Amino acid sequence: MSTDNVVDTGRRRFLVASTSVVGAIGAGFVAVPFISSWMPSERAKNAGAPVEVDISKLEEGRLLIVEWQSKPVWILRRSKKTLADLAKNDDRLRDPDSKNAAQQPPYAQNHYRSIKPEILVLVGICTHLGCSPTYRPDIAPADLGENWLGGFFCPCHSSRFDLAGRVFQGVPAPSNLVVPPYKYLSDNVIRIGDDKGAA
Amino acid sequence: MGKLIGWIDDRFPLTKLWNEHLAEYYAPKNFNFWYFFGSLALMVLVIQILSGIFLTMHYKPDAATAFASVEYIMRDVPYGWLIRYIHSTGATAFFIVVYLHMLRGLMYGSYKKPRELIWLFGMFIYLALMAEAFMGYLLPWGQMSYWGAQVIISLFSAIPVIGDDLTLWIRGDFVIGDATLNRFFALHVIAIPFVLVFLVIAHIMALHEVGSNNPDGVEIKKNKDANGIPLDGIPFHPYYTVKDIVGVVVFLFFFSTILFYFPDGGGYMLEHANFIASDPLKTPEHIAPVWYFTPFYAILRAVPDKLLGVGAMGAAIVLLFFMPWIDRCNVKSIRYRSVIYKANLVVFCISFVVLGWLAMQPVTEFITFLSRVFSFLYFAFFVVLFITSKNEKTLPVPDRVTS
Repeated sequence: MSTDNVVDTGRRRFLVASTSVVGAIGAGFVAVPFISSWMPSERAKNAGAPVEVDISKLEEGRLLIVEWQSKPVWILRRSKKTLADLAKNDDRLRDPDSKNAAQQPPYAQNHYRSIKPEILVLVGICTHLGCSPTYRPDIAPADLGENWLGGFFCPCHSSRFDLAGRVFQGVPAPSNLVVPPYKYLSDNVIRIGDDKGAA
Repeated sequence: MGKLIGWIDDRFPLTKLWNEHLAEYYAPKNFNFWYFFGSLALMVLVIQILSGIFLTMHYKPDAATAFASVEYIMRDVPYGWLIRYIHSTGATAFFIVVYLHMLRGLMYGSYKKPRELIWLFGMFIYLALMAEAFMGYLLPWGQMSYWGAQVIISLFSAIPVIGDDLTLWIRGDFVIGDATLNRFFALHVIAIPFVLVFLVIAHIMALHEVGSNNPDGVEIKKNKDANGIPLDGIPFHPYYTVKDIVGVVVFLFFFSTILFYFPDGGGYMLEHANFIASDPLKTPEHIAPVWYFTPFYAILRAVPDKLLGVGAMGAAIVLLFFMPWIDRCNVKSIRYRSVIYKANLVVFCISFVVLGWLAMQPVTEFITFLSRVFSFLYFAFFVVLFITSKNEKTLPVPDRVTS
């Protein structure tokens, strides 16, 4: 221990630095509850129960929109011609074979992206920035060009999807529209949001 | 009176503050009308805070009642319509004034050494202002509120790895809902206004530390009289306080015209689709942001890739922060700079306005093509500036300000 007034600057710097570090760590811990409070609450997590839909009255070419987890879910009954036309789009798509496994459950990872070929079930939210695309079944309309075989067009940033929800090349959306988990309870009743015990 | 001030001055630097920032703050004598916009921005901030406080007294930040509470303000609250229109018109006025204020900075090189921090504080104010406007626009809970927020929040999902969790954290739910509305309300009325006011104080303190630039880009502190007062400087008060009142009167003339005769701004300030309550199942046919965000939205729309599009949009704003270092020319004012700089700035301004217009048009191939051309020109401004400013042929700069 020094008896004169010489300041031990090394010791002082160490104490200042270590106090600052401990203080910063403490502040970091205090921030945790505040930042965590922004995550979905228990109530939000529990919401969004599965939805059952009767599709017996759904006509060919018509789009039914139902709400699941506050999101629009589309159910579309496709015609034989529509299904045949899907292959014509293949070389203009980003992911024609639905290789991106995150965009659909395994049982929808097929050419039609559905359990039954004619019934398409999709979450109607664009994979770009979350708008809900518009259903445009008309063939070759003036605004979408002569190669348009029917599909979904996003009004926000003009992303295009075909009638299997597969994204075209050269648009902002990076991936195909999402197929939600679903299963058939009977021939005409679909349960969306629950696929336990499904094929 | 003198005794009272003396009593205060012994306890609080009242006279000192008054002199430092007003009575003995010497500003260049050659300010032109471009110098109105700083004080106007301050006044609009006050208008927004005052009208905003009164709106919170009637508004309900709840997804079930928000839309109806805005209708209630418009129809049932005495003068509620006026207070709301003041607030919505004020938002547009804020951006007009701030854009002109920023253009003034670009023209006269006000971001250059030693004023880099003034510019940076200003850019942070602009950023905070955009956040404030965006969050405020969600509150009426109409269709445009909902889908606009959906798009802007989804921008963060483009960030690799953490993107999806980040958007979930911002929304507080799996979709935009009550949690989102409630927290945006808190941020809009408390958190961001605090940040804004703090940044404005920092902006003005930095300005008063180094002194104001002027249309000639000459440092008036280089030529001082025997008392150390700049020869080309005049006290801010009373000279510029009185001059700014003229600006305020002209501003209020335009402001009131819009407020009383075109309160929805032809659908550009209060979009028609926002008079419909939010519907999470249906996006409006033509979705476009409010006018003051449109240039950046056009850039986003021009890029056919999610991550690159969001990146380009961010870069369009971030690049402005670096203006003090992108522009390497020593001459500040456009008056003494080369034709290249003048042309470059004109093209930049045209691109900004045209991009803003393009974003409001429905998408066609031609519109997309134009968006790409003008996005290119927007970014070309910074590249051309960086390359040409180093050895720019400038005119001789006068020693004193010109009258």
